Amino acid sequence: MKVDKFLDAKSLACPMPIVRAKKAIQELEEGQILEVHTTDKGSKNDFAAWTKSTGHELIEVTEENDVIQFLIKKH
Amino acid sequence: MTYQPMTAKEVTKKIFNKEPLFILDVRNTSDFEDWKVEGANFTHLNIPYFDLLDGVEEVLPKLPTDQDILVVCAKEGSSVMVADMLSEAERDVSYLQGGMKAWSEHLEPVRVGDLKDGGEIYQFVRIGKGCLSYMVISDGEAAVIDATRMTDVFLHFAKEKQATIKHVFDTHLHADHISGGRIIAKETGASYWLPPKDAAEVTFDYNKLEGGREVMIGSTAISIEALYSPGHTIGSTSFVVDNTYLLSGDILFIDSIGRPDLAGLADDWVGDLRETLYKRYRALSDELLVLPAHFMTVSELNEDGTVSEKLGKLFAENHGLNIKDEAVFRSVVSENLPPQPNAYQQIREVNMGKIIPDEEEQREMEIGPNRCAVR
Repeated sequence: MKVDKFLDAKSLACPMPIVRAKKAIQELEEGQILEVHTTDKGSKNDFAAWTKSTGHELIEVTEENDVIQFLIKKH
Repeated sequence: MTYQPMTAKEVTKKIFNKEPLFILDVRNTSDFEDWKVEGANFTHLNIPYFDLLDGVEEVLPKLPTDQDILVVCAKEGSSVMVADMLSEAERDVSYLQGGMKAWSEHLEPVRVGDLKDGGEIYQFVRIGKGCLSYMVISDGEAAVIDATRMTDVFLHFAKEKQATIKHVFDTHLHADHISGGRIIAKETGASYWLPPKDAAEVTFDYNKLEGGREVMIGSTAISIEALYSPGHTIGSTSFVVDNTYLLSGDILFIDSIGRPDLAGLADDWVGDLRETLYKRYRALSDELLVLPAHFMTVSELNEDGTVSEKLGKLFAENHGLNIKDEAVFRSVVSENLPPQPNAYQQIREVNMGKIIPDEEEQREMEIGPNRCAVR
């Protein structure tokens, strides 16, 4: 899948991963994909809830070596 | 306006005193619904922090002006951000220092009462998670029962009381929280006791806690009498301390009874649970003060913050002790059970010494309420 923007939010604590992701996604066009990497465990539930609340689509969540990777399609 | 931290200890005081508090919980809704800060006169509003990034205007009219406002999140960061925004909007608010993480770990020691020779018994109320630990102190010696992993609290408390911890007990192999028992025993040179039937798979040495055994604390013979009382787990053991206090572990709570399923053998242990509650406990004095290992809601707290009740009163009022029909009892304790505690299988493995996660991982495992009871 083509990723239009990548955001490294590793080692950032809540609320920063979402604050940065919100900013990053504002720079995208509808339908474009943002990839975010985080290490804050709470971000898993938060990204799911945030995308639901904003209408963006959380396409995929994967976890690798304590890094949580999100693929988000802008609404 | 400014905003300031409120500590878990200060919030605990408000719960004990039944004071009002307005909680603006900015975690996501599923986390909030799973587990929150509760008090008899606390009111809640849940708006996730990510819905407030563009401003707090929509919340302002929903915040009361006649009571304290506490902003709560998982680890403090988001609540500081929201508290800052609210203070910019001229509202006076506090945030929960350390967030739900600190809330889960706060222990409040409360004095339960005297022992006959002048010793004392204390209850350590883990207010955020509903776990209860105990310390029996007599003549410069102490015993700790069902210690949580915040071992420093117990070590400091004993030191303050100028008592040496001699014995550390777990009433059973816990599934909802990580025991601090082994670490306290190691640090102090105390003996660590665990019921052998719960310890079949443990990877460490321990003393076998079996029914009928008496352990003395201090030179003046405070007896801790172990009473085999299976049901929550096959090894579950209660204690009668000083012929006055019944430490009932996860077998009997104030407003509920233990669930028999967390070690995976609900059906096998229903009969044991009934035998313990309806026969073994019936044979004890009604005057014993029941001190359980958990509470489920803050309504179970007494005015001084303790969680305790006379055994006789529980026989009269606790629903779980008044189910006459055995088949009905069986269905109550084995069907429609509440969800299991978070990561309960892993927690059991930690308590068996099979896995040794780091502190952060231990915290994550313990997130949420204890859920050891059925009603």
